Amino acid sequence: MKKPSQFDAIVVGAGPSGNACAYTLAKAGLKVLQIERGEYPGSKNVQGAILYANALEQIIPDFRDDAPLERHIIEQRMWLLDETSFVGTHIRSEDYNKPPYNRYTILRAQFDKWFSAKVREAGALLICETTVNHLIMDGDQVVGVQCDRIQGDVYADVVILADGVNSTLARKAGFHGEIKSENVALAVKEILFMPEETIRQRFNIGEESGVVIEMVGRITDGMMGTGFLYTNKESLTIGVGCMLGDFKNNPNRTSPYALLEQMKRHPAIAPLIEGGEMKEYCAHLIPEGGFHAIPQIYGNGWMIVGDSGGFVNAVHREGSNLAMTTGRLAAETVINAKAASKGYRADSLKAYKTALDDSFVMKDLYKYRDMPKVLHKNPQFFTSYPDMVAQAARTMITVDGVDKKTKEREIFASFRKTRKLTGLVGDAYKLWKAIR
Amino acid sequence: MTAITVNVEEKLFQNRYRVDAGRPHIKIKDADICTNECGSKSCTFVCPASCYKTEGNGTVTLITDGCLECGSCRIICSEHMNVDWEYPRGGHGILFKFG
Ligand SMILES: Cc1cc2nc3c(=O)[nH]c(=O)nc-3n(C[C@H](O)[C@H](O)[C@H](O)COP(=O)(O)OP(=O)(O)OC[C@H]3O[C@@H](n4cnc5c(N)ncnc54)[C@H](O)[C@@H]3O)c2cc1C
Ligand code: SF4
Repeated sequence: MKKPSQFDAIVVGAGPSGNACAYTLAKAGLKVLQIERGEYPGSKNVQGAILYANALEQIIPDFRDDAPLERHIIEQRMWLLDETSFVGTHIRSEDYNKPPYNRYTILRAQFDKWFSAKVREAGALLICETTVNHLIMDGDQVVGVQCDRIQGDVYADVVILADGVNSTLARKAGFHGEIKSENVALAVKEILFMPEETIRQRFNIGEESGVVIEMVGRITDGMMGTGFLYTNKESLTIGVGCMLGDFKNNPNRTSPYALLEQMKRHPAIAPLIEGGEMKEYCAHLIPEGGFHAIPQIYGNGWMIVGDSGGFVNAVHREGSNLAMTTGRLAAETVINAKAASKGYRADSLKAYKTALDDSFVMKDLYKYRDMPKVLHKNPQFFTSYPDMVAQAARTMITVDGVDKKTKEREIFASFRKTRKLTGLVGDAYKLWKAIR
Repeated sequence: MTAITVNVEEKLFQNRYRVDAGRPHIKIKDADICTNECGSKSCTFVCPASCYKTEGNGTVTLITDGCLECGSCRIICSEHMNVDWEYPRGGHGILFKFG
């Protein structure tokens, strides 16, 4: 039954993981077919979006010369919000304003298109507007893919699934089960256009530099999640994401778009986005189950990279860099297997997992392995704590004739009322243990 | 949190779609299960494009034209697994300009 392979490798998907993988393979001279269901690479993809330079640098060192980058980030704000106020930290450094920059905001539709052009330049064949419906098996070996085109069966020595969080292919092939709603976040976001000048003034930045704001608190309606506001060249990205299971179980039956709208009206946020012209509304899942939710990622003739394998570090909001790194390491595994004529059975592709274990990807995911559980079991991190902090700051800063010592006592009493002292200490310990 | 009404159609109106007319990529497998066995009908408020609606008689209707292809409806229907979910045919569905 085995048809002769037309390609060394087929890569399904042209997001950051698929592009990193196909690029690395093609650069090494392998015959690569990449299949993307969107009209063009990026047309199906959604991100915040922050690009971490390091992962891309390892693949395309001179990417800064022509990649579509919006702004390099010189300031990060972290805000805790209650209903009407916020308390926050700002970290801004002139060090972040010196090349080579470490983080950039990007627009995924444009960035993915650019990355994909590099992949084709390297020699891979890309077919868009084509959805892969099934993997073709020969016994227990993946030997190709079946696409939704006439004569859509294509064969290759190895198939790499870079098909994102909603990987239908791995599920249909029985490599893993359905995603659990506790292991994914549902995020919605909008892009708001406004004059560049306005953005510069509002955020106190220059022509190229940018600000990111991460937010927790009442804006997620008691659900585990965060909000974000990023500056692009001539637009702002604003969004909010919460665990899908929390949406489902929320007694208020809050819809994602109502949550976003409510957040946009928060008195700390509204003035920043005022006058912005909304040009697109997006939604996407983020695999946030972490270390314990990672499925089997290699087998006979197949490997899984990027979001399809759950490679997201939710604590640090990193995904695209893990996607690129897993894509690159999978490609290197194939290149080595080919050079050594070792074949593409699981025992040879196992090297991919070993390489991942040695990289920051698995080390970071392992470090935060208990984080999802701790946060989930302790919703106060998203409700009463931001409230308490905001309230405390307000009390301390309001000048009303009450002496500071009395204020401190009041604050402490209110902390204890909201959450017993043992609870406070316990929470701090749990968080410390999960982060450590 | 005070509930606010939001017109999601207005948001979706900004998006670009290529609808595969007459070939919805998501289907409700058995309408009776939604009507009679599902109490929560969480798809009707979790879907970020508001594709699912409850009708007066307790049935759930699905119109996929504005679908953002997030996959939430499939995953949250874990109790009944009543959502038949596929990606649209290649080139169809939502086409993000910015993402
Ligand atoms: C709202 C939001 C904010 C985020 N913010 C950040 C951030 O600031 N920084 C960061 O690093 N990460 C962030 N992430 C995570 C990051 O977007 C992902 O980790 C990353 O995009 C994963 O890349 P990928 O290539 O694995 O998957 P994707 O980018 O999802 O790409 C998968 C590709 O496969 C294609 N595809 C799927 N199935 C098929 C099929 N059957 N046939 C053909 N093609 C198929 C899709 O069309 C798509 O192009 C964010 C995610 C979201 C949703
Ligand atoms: S995939 Fe997402 S947007 Fe589409 S119908 Fe399901 S929940 Fe709604």
